Amino acid sequence: MEKNLHVKTMADFAAEGKEPEVLFWVGCAGSFDDRAKKITKAFVKILNSINVDFAVLGTEESCTGDPAKRSGNEFLFQMQAMTNIEVLNSYDVKTIVTTCPHCFNTIKNEYPSLGGKFKVLHHTQFLNNLLKEGRLKIEGGEYKGKKITYHDPCYLGRANNEYNAPRELIKKLELELIEMKRCKSNGLCCGAGGAQMFKDAEKGDKEINIERTEEALETKTSVIAAGCPFCNTMISDGVKAKEKEKDVKVLDIVELIVTAQDL
Amino acid sequence: MFEYLPNIIFVVVLFLGLYFFSRNLHRLYRNINLGKQIDVSDNKKQRFINMSKIALGQGKLIKRPISGFLHVVVYVGFIIINIELLEIILDGILGSHRLFSSYMGSFYGYLIGTFEFLAVSVLLAVSVFWIRRNVIKLKRFFGDNMKGWPKNDANIILYFEVVLMVLFITMNATDLKFQEMNSGNLISGYIYGFFSDYSIESLHLIERASWWAHIIGILIFMNYLYFSKHLHILLAFPNTYFAKLNNIGEIDNLNSVTKEVKLMMDPETAFSNDVSESDEIDKFGSSDVMDLNRLQLLNSYSCTECGRCTSVCPANITGKKLSPRKIMMDTRDRIEEVGKNIDLNNGNFIDDGKTLLNDYITKEELWACTSCNACVQECPISIDPLSIILDMRRYLVMEESSAPLELNNMMSNIENNGAPWPYNQMDRLNWKE
Repeated sequence: MEKNLHVKTMADFAAEGKEPEVLFWVGCAGSFDDRAKKITKAFVKILNSINVDFAVLGTEESCTGDPAKRSGNEFLFQMQAMTNIEVLNSYDVKTIVTTCPHCFNTIKNEYPSLGGKFKVLHHTQFLNNLLKEGRLKIEGGEYKGKKITYHDPCYLGRANNEYNAPRELIKKLELELIEMKRCKSNGLCCGAGGAQMFKDAEKGDKEINIERTEEALETKTSVIAAGCPFCNTMISDGVKAKEKEKDVKVLDIVELIVTAQDL
Repeated sequence: MFEYLPNIIFVVVLFLGLYFFSRNLHRLYRNINLGKQIDVSDNKKQRFINMSKIALGQGKLIKRPISGFLHVVVYVGFIIINIELLEIILDGILGSHRLFSSYMGSFYGYLIGTFEFLAVSVLLAVSVFWIRRNVIKLKRFFGDNMKGWPKNDANIILYFEVVLMVLFITMNATDLKFQEMNSGNLISGYIYGFFSDYSIESLHLIERASWWAHIIGILIFMNYLYFSKHLHILLAFPNTYFAKLNNIGEIDNLNSVTKEVKLMMDPETAFSNDVSESDEIDKFGSSDVMDLNRLQLLNSYSCTECGRCTSVCPANITGKKLSPRKIMMDTRDRIEEVGKNIDLNNGNFIDDGKTLLNDYITKEELWACTSCNACVQECPISIDPLSIILDMRRYLVMEESSAPLELNNMMSNIENNGAPWPYNQMDRLNWKE
């Protein structure tokens, strides 16, 4: 049974003359991609369950410009960035949480010099903070004791040095984490970064997502966890290509929490 | 008069060695300054810490324990043994023999003993390096453009080190006075036994020959650096000092674009006084080395071609043409070519019809990058191949409009409906239904 999600926009808050404690930046994948939408919903379910006063921008949100910037289109990137910053500043946004490491990296690192200074958190960092504050409680559920591996998204890990937050959550879920050979700062890219998500790969002898999926499958775990909607898509495709989709699930950390808490 | 001949020859040789070395350094400095200026004057303290940890402390090399350990042996050996160079130079100028031995007492023995121990350690480490390169043939030493000069260069450096270390030990072993002191001849004492049948005259001759060959070898090696990947022994220090301090995920925002975008978004500023007419419109991105910044050019001269970057590059691992090491080597080859062009044309660059883009680095390589930063993370001396790739993509997109079709579609989607896919912005909240 799908429970109703409680989602308010910044405009709703402004109309009530209130301010949310955090803005949830949903991102393009989280808004439009069918697989990623499930991650968005899972995160909102958790926020709803512990009454976090959050808002989204809704139709006022627009691409951060990350894929344009990394394709080399600095014009388009800065137009997107400045438009977004104007919207965010008009609502006097202070803290932003996002389920996408690309949005996270761009807003956190590339918006400040264009006038957008916000505290930006990846959803695993945000949930970890809630855990520490005692607002969120996580216990092992359906997957308790199961073996799991975790794929570090480049833009959360190497780019921003966050390796612990997702692993802390996995620990709280009482899952047995089996690391891949290339993990943390040595983690191998899923193949989607730098706008590769939107184009075919150059000629080579293998797709990057297959290389990464094979490595994940070597851990012989039943779940591959990720913290990025693009990594999720790439590795899910890899698992399908390897015809392992019946045995191995590719899930975002928030989806694991939702299942464990039966939300 | 003739008794001072060796001193005079020594001073002349030393002067020539230093003169050519300073010329090399001058050319290096000139070439790096062909790049664009970049502000790296901030946060000196953090920069100093980075240099101490990464270059001086070899902090990132240890990540690969075997090669890391061997490198530390050669590095420490090289630096400490070079203290001996001071004595050799003073002896050469003053015509003295082991000048320091009479001042240091028993400490001299400890010092030379340490040098000898390190010399043998370096010999062992260098041998393992040679075996890894030529017998085991480790994958990362091959591939892309590791043929011809780069391949020979790597071995020449190893041979140089072997010869210098052997000369150092031989010089000590055949030095009768030093052997009679019997302090500090830790290794050479054993080699001395090998020379027991030699006359005093021949021993002296071998000792002198080794001494001269050793110092001349060092001066030649010093002048070899500029033409070699071995230049990293000097440039690793400024390279780690000037390297990016921010999160490696951050890509700089082009100021020239900011100006234009602000104009577009707020046309009124076009008539304000902030925008002076003298502002030249920059070329966006880089198609040649002169468009790159000085740090990127310093990066290219610092590269040791170790291939750690390429060995972790997801595109390269899966058989694509992109190799971050090749990006760095191409950049250095091109800046060298431009430098020579300037030397031949009385200080002016005459267009040679070539560019770094296309003639060295192809579009296919550039578009294969996932911007994952694995190469940047991996480099033991903080070289950033990704920044060059991105600057060249910027040129391709903003000056040539030649991105792959699918990327153009993605970009026009962002422009028209604020998402990389063709969905309506008004549907952004539909996920909650």
